[in-house]
Amino acid sequence: MAGTAVRGRLTWQVATVEAVRDEAPAVRTIELRAPDWAGHQAGQHLDVRLTAEDGYVAERSYSIASAPGEPVAITVERLEDGEVSPYLTEELRAGDEIEIRGPIGGYFVWDDSASGSPLLLAAGGSGVVPLRSILRHRARTGSTVPVRLLYSARSLPDVIYRTELDGYHDGVEVIFTLTRQQPPGWTGRIGRVSDAMLTEIAWPAGDATTAFVCGPTAFVESVAASLVRLGYPPPRVKTERFGGMGET
Amino acid sequence: MSPISRGFHGRRREPAGDSGRVPPGQYVTEDFPVLSAGPTPHTATADWTFAIRQAGQTSKSWNWQEMRALPAEDVTVDIHCVTRWSKLDTRWQAVSIDTLLAQVDHEASYVLAFCDGGYTTNLPLADVTGGQAWLAYGYGGDALAPEHGGPARLLVPHLYFWKSAKWVRGLELLAEDEPGFWETYGYNMYGDPWREQRYAGD
Repeated sequence: MAGTAVRGRLTWQVATVEAVRDEAPAVRTIELRAPDWAGHQAGQHLDVRLTAEDGYVAERSYSIASAPGEPVAITVERLEDGEVSPYLTEELRAGDEIEIRGPIGGYFVWDDSASGSPLLLAAGGSGVVPLRSILRHRARTGSTVPVRLLYSARSLPDVIYRTELDGYHDGVEVIFTLTRQQPPGWTGRIGRVSDAMLTEIAWPAGDATTAFVCGPTAFVESVAASLVRLGYPPPRVKTERFGGMGET
Repeated sequence: MSPISRGFHGRRREPAGDSGRVPPGQYVTEDFPVLSAGPTPHTATADWTFAIRQAGQTSKSWNWQEMRALPAEDVTVDIHCVTRWSKLDTRWQAVSIDTLLAQVDHEASYVLAFCDGGYTTNLPLADVTGGQAWLAYGYGGDALAPEHGGPARLLVPHLYFWKSAKWVRGLELLAEDEPGFWETYGYNMYGDPWREQRYAGD
Protein backbone atom coordinates (compact mmCIF):
# COMPACT_ATOMS: atom_id res chain seq x y z
CA MET A 1 0.00 0.00 0.00
CA ALA A 2 2.99 2.32 -0.37
CA GLY A 3 2.29 5.52 -2.26
CA THR A 4 4.15 8.38 -3.76
CA ALA A 5 4.50 11.44 -1.63
CA VAL A 6 2.21 14.26 -2.70
CA ARG A 7 2.38 16.81 0.03
CA GLY A 8 1.59 20.29 -1.15
CA ARG A 9 -0.46 22.72 0.84
CA LEU A 10 -4.15 22.67 -0.06
CA THR A 11 -5.59 26.13 -0.11
CA TRP A 12 -9.21 27.21 -0.50
CA GLN A 13 -10.16 28.71 -3.81
CA VAL A 14 -13.34 30.29 -5.10
CA ALA A 15 -15.13 28.36 -7.83
CA THR A 16 -18.10 29.56 -9.82
CA VAL A 17 -20.99 27.28 -10.62
CA GLU A 18 -21.05 26.91 -14.38
CA ALA A 19 -24.10 24.66 -14.56
CA VAL A 20 -26.19 22.29 -12.48
CA ARG A 21 -27.80 19.16 -13.89
CA ASP A 22 -30.26 16.78 -12.27
CA GLU A 23 -29.07 13.20 -12.66
CA ALA A 24 -31.68 11.27 -10.69
CA PRO A 25 -34.15 12.06 -7.90
CA ALA A 26 -32.21 14.06 -5.28
CA VAL A 27 -28.96 13.76 -7.23
CA ARG A 28 -27.37 16.73 -8.97
CA THR A 29 -24.14 17.33 -10.84
CA ILE A 30 -22.49 20.70 -10.23
CA GLU A 31 -20.04 21.85 -12.87
CA LEU A 32 -17.53 24.39 -11.62
CA ARG A 33 -15.26 26.98 -13.14
CA ALA A 34 -12.15 26.89 -10.95
CA PRO A 35 -9.33 28.91 -12.51
CA ASP A 36 -6.83 27.96 -9.82
CA TRP A 37 -7.51 24.21 -9.94
CA ALA A 38 -4.19 22.38 -10.34
CA GLY A 39 -5.74 19.22 -11.76
CA HIS A 40 -6.71 15.90 -10.25
CA GLN A 41 -6.51 12.15 -10.74
CA ALA A 42 -9.49 9.93 -11.50
CA GLY A 43 -11.03 8.82 -8.21
CA GLN A 44 -9.97 11.71 -5.97
CA HIS A 45 -12.26 13.96 -3.95
CA LEU A 46 -12.42 17.59 -2.90
CA ASP A 47 -13.71 19.63 0.00
CA VAL A 48 -16.54 22.14 -0.33
CA ARG A 49 -16.94 25.06 2.07
CA LEU A 50 -20.15 27.05 2.49
CA THR A 51 -20.31 30.28 4.48
CA ALA A 52 -23.56 31.65 5.92
CA GLU A 53 -24.19 35.39 6.23
CA ASP A 54 -23.37 35.31 9.92
CA GLY A 55 -20.02 33.66 9.24
CA TYR A 56 -21.10 30.11 10.10
CA VAL A 57 -19.11 27.66 7.99
CA ALA A 58 -19.79 24.07 6.94
CA GLU A 59 -17.43 21.83 4.99
CA ARG A 60 -17.91 18.42 3.39
CA SER A 61 -15.98 16.14 1.05
CA TYR A 62 -17.32 15.03 -2.35
CA SER A 63 -15.92 12.73 -4.99
CA ILE A 64 -14.88 14.44 -8.19
CA ALA A 65 -17.15 13.37 -11.04
CA SER A 66 -15.14 14.70 -13.97
CA ALA A 67 -12.04 13.24 -15.59
CA PRO A 68 -8.56 14.71 -15.19
CA GLY A 69 -8.29 17.59 -17.64
CA GLU A 70 -12.02 18.31 -17.63
CA PRO A 71 -13.55 21.20 -15.66
CA VAL A 72 -14.08 20.18 -12.05
CA ALA A 73 -17.52 18.71 -11.36
CA ILE A 74 -19.06 16.99 -8.38
CA THR A 75 -22.21 14.92 -8.20
CA VAL A 76 -24.06 15.22 -4.91
CA GLU A 77 -26.82 13.08 -3.46
CA ARG A 78 -29.18 14.84 -1.07
CA LEU A 79 -29.21 13.23 2.36
CA GLU A 80 -32.40 13.52 4.39
CA ASP A 81 -30.54 14.65 7.46
CA GLY A 82 -27.80 16.50 5.60
CA GLU A 83 -26.63 20.03 6.25
CA VAL A 84 -24.68 20.72 3.07
CA SER A 85 -26.13 18.32 0.49
CA PRO A 86 -29.67 19.85 0.55
CA TYR A 87 -28.14 23.25 -0.20
CA LEU A 88 -25.99 21.91 -3.02
CA THR A 89 -28.80 19.93 -4.62
CA GLU A 90 -31.68 22.40 -4.15
CA GLU A 91 -30.43 25.94 -3.68
CA LEU A 92 -27.18 26.33 -5.56
CA ARG A 93 -27.47 27.60 -9.13
CA ALA A 94 -25.33 28.75 -12.04
CA GLY A 95 -23.35 31.86 -11.24
CA ASP A 96 -23.12 31.15 -7.50
CA GLU A 97 -19.71 30.94 -5.89
CA ILE A 98 -18.54 28.25 -3.50
CA GLU A 99 -15.15 27.50 -2.05
CA ILE A 100 -13.33 24.29 -2.82
CA ARG A 101 -9.96 22.77 -2.06
CA GLY A 102 -8.29 19.67 -3.33
CA PRO A 103 -7.68 17.29 -4.85
CA ILE A 104 -7.62 14.97 -1.85
CA GLY A 105 -6.76 11.28 -1.63
CA GLY A 106 -4.28 9.41 -3.72
CA TYR A 107 -5.02 5.74 -3.11
CA PHE A 108 -8.46 5.29 -4.66
CA VAL A 109 -7.17 6.52 -8.04
CA TRP A 110 -6.71 4.94 -11.42
CA ASP A 111 -4.56 5.60 -14.42
CA ASP A 112 -3.60 3.28 -17.22
CA SER A 113 0.14 3.64 -16.75
CA ALA A 114 0.50 0.79 -14.27
CA SER A 115 -0.60 -2.10 -16.49
CA GLY A 116 -3.04 -3.18 -19.11
CA SER A 117 -4.81 -5.36 -16.59
CA PRO A 118 -8.60 -5.36 -16.65
CA LEU A 119 -10.51 -3.11 -14.34
CA LEU A 120 -13.48 -4.01 -12.19
CA LEU A 121 -15.64 -1.17 -10.93
CA ALA A 122 -18.40 -1.81 -8.41
CA ALA A 123 -20.77 0.99 -7.42
CA GLY A 124 -23.51 1.13 -4.84
CA GLY A 125 -25.83 4.10 -5.45
CA SER A 126 -23.95 7.39 -5.65
CA GLY A 127 -20.72 5.42 -5.21
CA VAL A 128 -20.66 5.53 -9.00
CA VAL A 129 -19.36 9.12 -8.94
CA PRO A 130 -15.58 8.54 -8.67
CA LEU A 131 -15.94 5.50 -10.95
CA ARG A 132 -17.48 7.75 -13.59
CA SER A 133 -14.33 9.88 -13.39
CA ILE A 134 -12.30 6.71 -14.04
CA LEU A 135 -14.48 5.72 -17.01
CA ARG A 136 -14.24 9.19 -18.56
CA HIS A 137 -10.49 9.23 -17.98
CA ARG A 138 -10.15 5.88 -19.70
CA ALA A 139 -12.13 7.13 -22.69
CA ARG A 140 -10.27 10.45 -22.90
CA THR A 141 -6.84 8.83 -22.80
CA GLY A 142 -7.73 6.20 -25.39
CA SER A 143 -6.99 3.39 -22.96
CA THR A 144 -7.95 -0.06 -24.18
CA VAL A 145 -8.07 -1.62 -20.72
CA PRO A 146 -11.20 -3.78 -20.52
CA VAL A 147 -13.60 -2.53 -17.88
CA ARG A 148 -16.67 -3.94 -16.22
CA LEU A 149 -18.84 -1.69 -14.11
CA LEU A 150 -21.29 -3.44 -11.84
CA TYR A 151 -23.70 -0.79 -10.61
CA SER A 152 -26.23 -1.56 -7.90
CA ALA A 153 -29.12 0.91 -7.73
CA ARG A 154 -32.55 0.84 -6.09
CA SER A 155 -34.40 1.30 -9.37
CA LEU A 156 -33.73 2.37 -12.94
CA PRO A 157 -34.70 6.02 -12.31
CA ASP A 158 -32.16 6.06 -9.45
CA VAL A 159 -29.31 5.25 -11.84
CA ILE A 160 -26.96 8.24 -12.08
CA TYR A 161 -25.37 9.06 -15.48
CA ARG A 162 -27.66 6.55 -17.16
CA THR A 163 -27.50 7.99 -20.67
CA GLU A 164 -23.74 8.34 -20.46
CA LEU A 165 -23.29 4.81 -19.12
CA ASP A 166 -25.57 3.37 -21.80
CA GLY A 167 -23.34 5.01 -24.41
CA TYR A 168 -20.18 3.13 -23.46
CA HIS A 169 -18.90 0.33 -25.67
CA ASP A 170 -15.46 -0.69 -26.98
CA GLY A 171 -14.25 -2.61 -23.99
CA VAL A 172 -16.59 -1.15 -21.38
CA GLU A 173 -19.41 -3.34 -20.08
CA VAL A 174 -21.94 -1.78 -17.75
CA ILE A 175 -24.09 -4.18 -15.74
CA PHE A 176 -26.93 -2.81 -13.65
CA THR A 177 -28.51 -4.67 -10.80
CA LEU A 178 -31.74 -3.21 -9.43
CA THR A 179 -32.40 -3.99 -5.80
CA ARG A 180 -35.88 -2.62 -5.03
CA GLN A 181 -37.85 -2.07 -8.17
CA GLN A 182 -37.50 -3.23 -11.75
CA PRO A 183 -39.36 -1.83 -14.76
CA PRO A 184 -41.74 -4.14 -16.64
CA GLY A 185 -39.81 -6.43 -18.93
CA TRP A 186 -36.49 -5.85 -17.12
CA THR A 187 -34.06 -8.49 -18.31
CA GLY A 188 -31.09 -7.23 -16.32
CA ARG A 189 -29.93 -8.33 -12.93
CA ILE A 190 -32.05 -8.11 -9.82
CA GLY A 191 -31.08 -7.89 -6.17
CA ARG A 192 -28.03 -7.10 -4.13
CA VAL A 193 -24.57 -7.99 -5.35
CA SER A 194 -23.81 -11.53 -4.19
CA ASP A 195 -20.92 -13.97 -4.40
CA ALA A 196 -22.79 -15.72 -7.21
CA MET A 197 -23.26 -12.49 -9.16
CA LEU A 198 -19.62 -11.52 -8.75
CA THR A 199 -18.47 -14.98 -9.77
CA GLU A 200 -20.18 -14.36 -13.12
CA ILE A 201 -19.25 -10.72 -13.57
CA ALA A 202 -15.85 -10.16 -11.96
CA TRP A 203 -12.75 -10.81 -14.02
CA PRO A 204 -10.98 -13.97 -12.91
CA ALA A 205 -8.74 -13.29 -9.93
CA GLY A 206 -5.71 -14.46 -11.88
CA ASP A 207 -5.98 -11.58 -14.36
CA ALA A 208 -4.22 -9.11 -12.05
CA THR A 209 -7.41 -7.10 -12.05
CA THR A 210 -7.67 -4.07 -9.84
CA ALA A 211 -11.11 -3.56 -8.32
CA PHE A 212 -12.50 -0.20 -7.24
CA VAL A 213 -15.48 -0.52 -4.92
CA CYS A 214 -17.42 2.54 -3.81
CA GLY A 215 -20.72 2.95 -2.03
CA PRO A 216 -22.38 2.75 1.35
CA THR A 217 -20.48 0.83 4.01
CA ALA A 218 -22.65 -2.30 3.89
CA PHE A 219 -22.27 -2.52 0.09
CA VAL A 220 -18.50 -2.03 0.19
CA GLU A 221 -17.97 -4.46 3.06
CA SER A 222 -19.98 -7.13 1.28
CA VAL A 223 -18.50 -6.68 -2.21
CA ALA A 224 -14.90 -6.36 -0.98
CA ALA A 225 -15.28 -9.50 1.14
CA SER A 226 -16.77 -11.38 -1.85
CA LEU A 227 -13.87 -10.36 -4.08
CA VAL A 228 -11.36 -11.57 -1.50
CA ARG A 229 -13.25 -14.88 -1.33
CA LEU A 230 -13.00 -15.08 -5.13
CA GLY A 231 -9.24 -14.83 -4.81
CA TYR A 232 -8.62 -11.12 -5.34
CA PRO A 233 -5.57 -10.10 -3.28
CA PRO A 234 -6.73 -7.46 -0.74
CA PRO A 235 -4.22 -4.85 -2.01
CA ARG A 236 -5.95 -5.01 -5.41
CA VAL A 237 -9.36 -4.23 -3.91
CA LYS A 238 -9.53 -0.49 -3.36
CA THR A 239 -12.48 0.81 -1.41
CA GLU A 240 -14.17 4.08 -0.67
CA ARG A 241 -16.97 3.96 1.88
CA PHE A 242 -19.65 6.48 2.66
CA GLY A 243 -19.86 5.51 6.31
CA GLY A 244 -23.15 5.42 8.15
CA MET A 245 -24.18 8.81 6.87
CA GLY A 246 -21.03 10.46 5.57
CA GLU A 247 -21.69 13.15 3.03
CA THR A 248 -18.93 12.05 0.70
CA MET B 1 -12.57 36.55 2.52
CA SER B 2 -14.96 33.71 1.85
CA PRO B 3 -17.91 34.47 -0.42
CA ILE B 4 -21.29 34.25 1.31
CA SER B 5 -23.24 31.22 0.14
CA ARG B 6 -26.56 32.82 -0.82
CA GLY B 7 -29.40 31.11 1.00
CA PHE B 8 -27.17 28.93 3.18
CA HIS B 9 -28.02 29.02 6.86
CA GLY B 10 -26.52 25.81 8.19
CA ARG B 11 -27.95 23.49 10.75
CA ARG B 12 -25.41 23.80 13.58
CA ARG B 13 -26.02 20.28 14.67
CA GLU B 14 -23.89 20.23 17.79
CA PRO B 15 -26.23 19.38 20.66
CA ALA B 16 -26.67 22.12 23.26
CA GLY B 17 -24.20 21.80 26.08
CA ASP B 18 -21.58 20.11 23.97
CA SER B 19 -19.96 23.32 22.82
CA GLY B 20 -16.31 23.12 23.68
CA ARG B 21 -16.28 19.40 22.99
CA VAL B 22 -16.68 19.54 19.22
CA PRO B 23 -13.62 20.75 17.28
CA PRO B 24 -14.04 23.32 14.49
CA GLY B 25 -15.54 22.01 11.25
CA GLN B 26 -16.91 18.85 12.89
CA TYR B 27 -20.51 17.73 13.40
CA VAL B 28 -21.79 15.25 15.95
CA THR B 29 -23.16 11.91 14.80
CA GLU B 30 -24.83 9.12 16.74
CA ASP B 31 -23.76 6.73 14.03
CA PHE B 32 -20.38 5.02 13.84
CA PRO B 33 -19.27 5.45 10.22
CA VAL B 34 -16.62 3.20 8.69
CA LEU B 35 -13.83 4.42 6.42
CA SER B 36 -11.01 2.22 5.19
CA ALA B 37 -8.97 1.90 2.02
CA GLY B 38 -9.46 -1.81 1.38
CA PRO B 39 -11.26 -4.99 2.40
CA THR B 40 -11.72 -5.60 6.11
CA PRO B 41 -9.16 -8.15 7.36
CA HIS B 42 -10.44 -10.89 9.66
CA THR B 43 -7.60 -12.00 11.89
CA ALA B 44 -8.53 -14.61 14.49
CA THR B 45 -7.42 -13.78 18.01
CA ALA B 46 -5.57 -17.14 18.00
CA ASP B 47 -3.36 -15.79 15.19
CA TRP B 48 -3.01 -12.29 16.59
CA THR B 49 0.10 -10.78 18.12
CA PHE B 50 1.08 -7.23 18.99
CA ALA B 51 4.77 -6.41 18.54
CA ILE B 52 6.97 -3.50 19.47
CA ARG B 53 9.83 -3.27 17.01
CA GLN B 54 13.03 -1.31 16.85
CA ALA B 55 15.26 -1.21 13.77
CA GLY B 56 13.22 -4.02 12.24
CA GLN B 57 13.73 -6.32 15.25
CA THR B 58 10.93 -7.33 17.59
CA SER B 59 11.74 -6.03 21.07
CA LYS B 60 8.64 -7.47 22.69
CA SER B 61 5.45 -9.12 21.56
CA TRP B 62 2.23 -10.29 23.14
CA ASN B 63 -0.26 -12.87 21.95
CA TRP B 64 -3.98 -12.29 22.56
CA GLN B 65 -4.05 -14.01 25.98
CA GLU B 66 -0.94 -12.17 27.13
CA MET B 67 -2.37 -8.83 26.03
CA ARG B 68 -5.71 -9.53 27.74
CA ALA B 69 -3.88 -10.44 30.94
CA LEU B 70 -2.43 -6.91 31.12
CA PRO B 71 -4.19 -4.29 33.25
CA ALA B 72 -7.24 -3.08 31.30
CA GLU B 73 -9.03 0.24 31.41
CA ASP B 74 -12.55 1.33 30.62
CA VAL B 75 -12.08 4.52 28.60
CA THR B 76 -14.84 6.99 27.65
CA VAL B 77 -13.70 9.52 25.06
CA ASP B 78 -14.88 11.73 22.19
CA ILE B 79 -13.55 10.80 18.74
CA HIS B 80 -13.13 13.02 15.69
CA CYS B 81 -12.82 11.79 12.09
CA VAL B 82 -11.10 13.91 9.45
CA THR B 83 -14.19 13.39 7.25
CA ARG B 84 -15.88 15.71 9.79
CA TRP B 85 -17.97 13.50 12.03
CA SER B 86 -17.40 13.48 15.75
CA LYS B 87 -18.86 10.95 18.13
CA LEU B 88 -19.12 11.79 21.80
CA ASP B 89 -18.73 9.53 24.82
CA THR B 90 -17.54 6.43 23.02
CA ARG B 91 -16.69 3.69 25.52
CA TRP B 92 -13.78 1.34 24.95
CA GLN B 93 -12.07 -1.51 26.75
CA ALA B 94 -8.37 -1.13 26.28
CA VAL B 95 -4.79 -1.52 27.45
CA SER B 96 -2.81 1.68 27.84
CA ILE B 97 0.11 2.08 25.44
CA ASP B 98 2.08 3.15 28.53
CA THR B 99 1.63 -0.38 29.91
CA LEU B 100 3.03 -1.89 26.71
CA LEU B 101 5.96 0.52 26.30
CA ALA B 102 6.94 0.08 29.94
CA GLN B 103 8.15 -3.41 29.02
CA VAL B 104 10.60 -2.14 26.39
CA ASP B 105 13.87 -0.19 26.63
CA HIS B 106 14.02 2.50 24.00
CA GLU B 107 14.99 6.07 23.16
CA ALA B 108 12.43 6.61 20.40
CA SER B 109 10.77 9.93 19.60
CA TYR B 110 8.17 8.65 17.10
CA VAL B 111 6.18 5.52 16.40
CA LEU B 112 4.78 4.06 13.19
CA ALA B 113 1.77 1.84 13.86
CA PHE B 114 1.54 -1.13 11.49
CA CYS B 115 -1.55 -3.17 10.76
CA ASP B 116 -3.11 -6.12 8.97
CA GLY B 117 -3.84 -5.04 5.41
CA GLY B 118 -0.67 -2.95 5.21
CA TYR B 119 -2.02 0.25 6.77
CA THR B 120 0.42 2.41 8.72
CA THR B 121 0.19 5.72 10.56
CA ASN B 122 2.80 7.84 12.34
CA LEU B 123 2.61 9.47 15.76
CA PRO B 124 5.01 11.27 18.09
CA LEU B 125 5.91 9.11 21.07
CA ALA B 126 4.73 11.94 23.32
CA ASP B 127 1.21 11.48 21.90
CA VAL B 128 0.96 7.76 22.63
CA THR B 129 2.27 8.01 26.20
CA GLY B 130 1.08 9.76 29.34
CA GLY B 131 -2.36 8.14 29.38
CA GLN B 132 -3.34 9.48 25.95
CA ALA B 133 -3.40 6.31 23.84
CA TRP B 134 -4.61 2.74 24.08
CA LEU B 135 -4.73 -0.62 22.38
CA ALA B 136 -8.52 -1.09 22.26
CA TYR B 137 -10.09 -4.54 21.97
CA GLY B 138 -13.62 -3.82 23.21
CA TYR B 139 -16.27 -1.28 22.27
CA GLY B 140 -19.28 -0.59 24.46
CA GLY B 141 -18.60 -3.81 26.37
CA ASP B 142 -18.54 -6.04 23.26
CA ALA B 143 -15.66 -7.41 21.23
CA LEU B 144 -14.48 -4.79 18.74
CA ALA B 145 -16.12 -5.59 15.38
CA PRO B 146 -13.78 -6.23 12.42
CA GLU B 147 -15.13 -3.27 10.41
CA HIS B 148 -14.27 -1.00 13.33
CA GLY B 149 -10.75 -2.39 13.59
CA GLY B 150 -11.16 -5.60 15.57
CA PRO B 151 -9.70 -7.67 17.00
CA ALA B 152 -7.79 -4.60 18.22
CA ARG B 153 -7.11 -1.05 17.13
CA LEU B 154 -5.15 1.89 18.33
CA LEU B 155 -7.16 4.54 20.19
CA VAL B 156 -5.62 8.02 20.20
CA PRO B 157 -8.69 10.20 20.69
CA HIS B 158 -6.97 13.59 20.86
CA LEU B 159 -5.88 13.26 17.20
CA TYR B 160 -8.02 12.75 14.08
CA PHE B 161 -9.27 9.20 14.05
CA TRP B 162 -7.16 7.95 11.12
CA LYS B 163 -4.31 7.95 13.66
CA SER B 164 -6.29 5.36 15.67
CA ALA B 165 -5.17 2.62 13.31
CA LYS B 166 -7.57 -0.30 12.80
CA TRP B 167 -6.35 -3.92 12.87
CA VAL B 168 -3.15 -2.75 14.53
CA ARG B 169 -0.44 -5.37 15.00
CA GLY B 170 2.32 -3.32 16.51
CA LEU B 171 4.41 -0.20 16.81
CA GLU B 172 7.75 0.44 15.14
CA LEU B 173 9.79 2.76 17.38
CA LEU B 174 11.63 5.43 15.41
CA ALA B 175 14.09 8.25 15.99
CA GLU B 176 12.64 10.35 13.15
CA ASP B 177 9.07 10.98 12.01
CA GLU B 178 8.05 8.95 8.95
CA PRO B 179 4.76 9.40 7.06
CA GLY B 180 2.29 6.53 7.24
CA PHE B 181 -0.33 5.54 4.67
CA TRP B 182 -2.68 8.55 4.55
CA GLU B 183 0.13 10.93 5.45
CA THR B 184 1.89 9.88 2.24
CA TYR B 185 -1.26 10.82 0.33
CA GLY B 186 -1.32 14.36 1.63
CA TYR B 187 -2.96 14.07 5.03
CA ASN B 188 -1.39 15.94 7.93
CA MET B 189 1.64 14.43 9.69
CA TYR B 190 0.17 15.27 13.12
CA GLY B 191 -3.62 15.63 12.78
CA ASP B 192 -4.79 17.82 15.68
CA PRO B 193 -8.57 18.26 15.28
CA TRP B 194 -8.60 21.41 17.43
CA ARG B 195 -6.25 23.08 14.95
CA GLU B 196 -8.02 21.48 11.95
CA GLN B 197 -4.83 19.79 10.76
CA ARG B 198 -6.57 17.73 8.10
CA TYR B 199 -4.10 17.95 5.23
CA ALA B 200 -0.41 18.69 4.73
CA GLY B 201 0.28 22.32 5.49
CA ASP B 202 -2.89 22.89 7.59
